[in-house]
Amino acid sequence: MNIDWLRAPPGGRAAPQEILLPVKTRYIALTLVSALVLDLFALPGVLQQIRPDFIALTLIYWVVYHPRRVGFLPAWTLGLIMDVADGSLFGQHALAYTVLMYLAILLHRRIVMFGMRHQIMHVLAILIASQLIMLGVRLMAGADFPGALYFVPSLLGAGMWPLLFNVIRVPLRPRSDPDAV
Amino acid sequence: MEYSPPPFFKRGPSLITRFTLFSLASLALLVADARFNYLTLLRQGIAAVVYPLQRLSAVPGGLIVRVGDFFVSQSQLQRDNEQLRRQELLHTGALQLGKSLESENQHLRQLLGLRERLPREFVAAEILYSHRDPFTRRVVVDKGFQHGVKAGQAVIDESGVVGQVTRVFAWVSEVTLVTDKEQAVPIQSVRSGLRGVVFGIGYDGTLELRFMPVNADIQNGDLLVTSGIDGTYPPGLPVAVVSNIERNAAYAFARITCTPSAGVTSFSQVLIVSTAEQLPPNPLNDEEPGAKGRKAKK
Repeated sequence: MNIDWLRAPPGGRAAPQEILLPVKTRYIALTLVSALVLDLFALPGVLQQIRPDFIALTLIYWVVYHPRRVGFLPAWTLGLIMDVADGSLFGQHALAYTVLMYLAILLHRRIVMFGMRHQIMHVLAILIASQLIMLGVRLMAGADFPGALYFVPSLLGAGMWPLLFNVIRVPLRPRSDPDAV
Repeated sequence: MEYSPPPFFKRGPSLITRFTLFSLASLALLVADARFNYLTLLRQGIAAVVYPLQRLSAVPGGLIVRVGDFFVSQSQLQRDNEQLRRQELLHTGALQLGKSLESENQHLRQLLGLRERLPREFVAAEILYSHRDPFTRRVVVDKGFQHGVKAGQAVIDESGVVGQVTRVFAWVSEVTLVTDKEQAVPIQSVRSGLRGVVFGIGYDGTLELRFMPVNADIQNGDLLVTSGIDGTYPPGLPVAVVSNIERNAAYAFARITCTPSAGVTSFSQVLIVSTAEQLPPNPLNDEEPGAKGRKAKK
């Protein structure tokens, strides 16, 4: 019987099934606030416009790996905070993050089955979808298309997915080696 | 991939219900903000909560800049110092002349029975950062209504008009630059005295002087200053220099592009000008009751 397809999933090896420490709600809140600070951090010139949306990435991580821990309400509230901080239309980020949460919850069982490369593709699709929502809202409100640079944050954000994955997991890995006698 | 929990665990409303609920809430907020401009209070409340975080996030960048400033070479400091001293001398001369002109102007205005120009008040502010929102041209400055800033005030730097205060929070306020797509400044050409309105087009470094007839007396290099007839911008501040004119008889209006005078992207210190001048009431507003009466008769 050929069971190769089980052993080697497409997109490289599947994410290792690590045994992690239980996640405290405090830690989730801390990661989200850190993501908010990273999003608010002022950058010069064009860097400001191509910075990935760390809140979106962190939300996707928690929804995919701990779907019961982060609900719509925190995501929506963070969206409102981003709207105020960005000076964009009120509810624009909130709507985008709602869509992002929906897609991430819908896909979470699927995403964890893939390797890193294919996870990046999924994350990219979710990020682009949430940006398209914002673009649609602003175009309807009378703005112009801001140029192709608009989608760079999604590309960079998806590219940073493996980094974020490992950084978030650092405090969750057990300190002592479980195999040691 | 259906997200359907086993029915024997209670897990709250279904995914689609929650999604619909939060989407509708966001849409309601969007409409309330975009159409009716409500929610200013809510925005200010959230801004007050976010402000400490924003200051916190600005700390590392500020430290880097400060360390960089510390290692400025002495020759550069000397050069700057000398240049500033020379500039100050020039400015002092101009200021003395300006003072005598001002008193003369006041005297003449009194003689002619014209309204006196009220002195303007300035609030110096520093630009904290430019907005992440890629759809607009806005910056955030470090003075808010605690410092007496009001929405609608003009913002200038040493070389001209930068923009206008559009949103005021407790300690910061938001300035829409003249290059923003929805920003318009009433101007007057210094050379010909022609009045018009300059519009931003959403790109850095370019403004457009619209609705000027093809034969309008505008030339390349004309300096455009605020006309002051809007009651928002004080008169006489440089706005832009005409850089390109396309006169095509096929169109009703000439296509005039200008370069903003102020360094709209490169400044860091700005002045917020309070508009103390009281304009007489707009006669168009007074006519409205009459117009309504006529409509009612119909």
